[in-house]
Amino acid sequence: MDLLEYQGKELFARHGIPVPDGRHADSVPAAVEAAEAVGYPCVVKAQVRIGKRGKAGGIKIANDRAEATRHAEAILRLEIRGFKVHEVWVERASKIDAEYYASIVLDRSEKKPLAMLSRMGGMDVEEVAEQDPAALVRRHIEPGEEFTADAARQIAIDARIDEDVTEQVAGLLVQLHGVAQAEDATLIEVNPLIVTSDRKVIALDSKVTIDNNALFRHEDLAQLRDLSAEDPQERLAKARGVTYVKLGGDIGILGNGAGLCMATLDVVAQAGGSPANFLDAGGGSKAEAIVDALEVITSDDKVTTILFNIFGGITRCDEIAKGIIEAFRRMNIGVPLVVRLDGTNSEEGLGLLSHADLADLHVEKTMLGAAKRVVEIANG
Amino acid sequence: MAIIVDTDTRLVVSGLTGREGSFHGLRNRDYGTEVVAGVTPGKGGQDVEGIPVYETIAEAVEQRGANTSMIFVPARFAAAAIEEAIEAGVRTAIVITEGIPVYDMLGVYWKAKDAGVRLVGPNCPGVLSPGKANVGIIPAQFFDPGGIGVVSKSGTLTYQIGNELKQAGVGNSTIVGIGGDPIIGSDFIDVLNLFEEDDETEMIVMVGEIGGDAEERAADFIAEQVSKPVVAYIAGFTAPPGKQMGHAGAIISGSSGTAEAKREALEARDVRVGRSPTETAQLAAEAIAARA
Repeated sequence: MDLLEYQGKELFARHGIPVPDGRHADSVPAAVEAAEAVGYPCVVKAQVRIGKRGKAGGIKIANDRAEATRHAEAILRLEIRGFKVHEVWVERASKIDAEYYASIVLDRSEKKPLAMLSRMGGMDVEEVAEQDPAALVRRHIEPGEEFTADAARQIAIDARIDEDVTEQVAGLLVQLHGVAQAEDATLIEVNPLIVTSDRKVIALDSKVTIDNNALFRHEDLAQLRDLSAEDPQERLAKARGVTYVKLGGDIGILGNGAGLCMATLDVVAQAGGSPANFLDAGGGSKAEAIVDALEVITSDDKVTTILFNIFGGITRCDEIAKGIIEAFRRMNIGVPLVVRLDGTNSEEGLGLLSHADLADLHVEKTMLGAAKRVVEIANG
Repeated sequence: MAIIVDTDTRLVVSGLTGREGSFHGLRNRDYGTEVVAGVTPGKGGQDVEGIPVYETIAEAVEQRGANTSMIFVPARFAAAAIEEAIEAGVRTAIVITEGIPVYDMLGVYWKAKDAGVRLVGPNCPGVLSPGKANVGIIPAQFFDPGGIGVVSKSGTLTYQIGNELKQAGVGNSTIVGIGGDPIIGSDFIDVLNLFEEDDETEMIVMVGEIGGDAEERAADFIAEQVSKPVVAYIAGFTAPPGKQMGHAGAIISGSSGTAEAKREALEARDVRVGRSPTETAQLAAEAIAARA
């Protein structure tokens, strides 16, 4: 789960990490009020779960009320690479001497947390990593060992952080690691970490990702979950508890198992089709689950045909067939449905479907055959 | 020979008295696996169809000689159960549970490594050695005994490939579901290594998917350390690219995590990558027939 910038900063503040003074706003009047409260110059910052906001015009400095109003109006109308801006964070502007980069990230291949620090902070730190790798100091934190002030100080020295702020930066690194551990954050990135003109080190930005599996032990963070999806299908899917991602094509897809579903998308695309969505039905064979899935898929106007790709392992194909028959009874699907049933009890399942003689239902045994069939129907 | 689970596996199931634990524990037993005990705190002294239930894994090890642990307990208790298994002295722990916090798994991973315990999973379907033993939820009817080792991040996708291999008349030494979580006990490389050392395994099928760089690192390992033929399938060419939040992820991973990057890395090391699960099974069947 990704936190918005201001949510991450609130988390930092709770753990004693210095952040600029700021206020949240979700309307132009509220944003202006926030700017007045925070004082000028201030920065109006779009709050979205994607980076490179500055380049998209999502971060603007306001020197007075008129500018604050203008910027709030513009930013609250923005859509940044698919993310609509619903809220802003209005922050006191800082006088910046230097911009650093600091992060704690869980390195899944080394299976250790990784601390990173660079004196070259700002927007293009990936380029720094590529062009001047020595400028980006990386150090794994050994599991079971404390991440000490000494270790952090050494990182700061190696990163050639200004001497007068080395202690602050080292201390902040230790604090960031503490936040990661305490809050189950798999990523904490501060870019830029600034040194102000009066030589204070402050987190000017915050990107925090919380491990979804750990939300059960962070009720406060779990409440920050963004349940409102932008897309109507994804909103419906969340409401129905269906694992769904929209892709924009015209062939609706359902598979049982994430890997099998992804493979289905690939095979349909190879056959010349355009998948409308990813939908992992898991072990769902009950009519309820199938009705929910069909409801979500067919609510997408672009969908002209649907493919169910089922390989029954523990799940039995005859149970799935019964679920499909029941779903046809309960709803009008409205588009052709290709069903591929294989695996446990597949003959029974195929027999049930054949016997039910459902309108516009096409049955296939193999995955490749089903992909070919659904593409023929979609393109035909 | 087979790897990880075999005729000498003596299994203790944590959560045997629960719904999932009993269903799959008994299935494993019916397949021929030696299921020697269950563990559920508070239910020691009971039994599940004659399989004794203990309070602790240590008791199961002591009283019944359990050497392999299967963990079916809910996510919030799973890390503690795995640690208990490690401390009790099992040689292998197979974790089916989904949803374990990643920092919990981090601690468990290193604990297992330090103790020399083979950890598989979490969030995995388990390990099946056809004709010998099944630990987990893999439906064994799709797999015949034979010479192809399978290592996979997926569940149903693997069963489909196994079924197609079986229909082509070829079988498997062992099928290892390593799971799809970010921190897993055994990676592709760990299992490839075991297959390379296993007399019964003649070739290997690797099933990967988008995310991380495990397949890319495996490609290098295959080139340097694996003499047996390897065929791969990668799922997720059509998946949308991940929405990237911070810069850190892009920096530390050697790879973009896309299916394309994985295929390229594997093909660069002479690993054939099937375009579909069906083609992958065909390539594997051909490769093993060529060795006959």
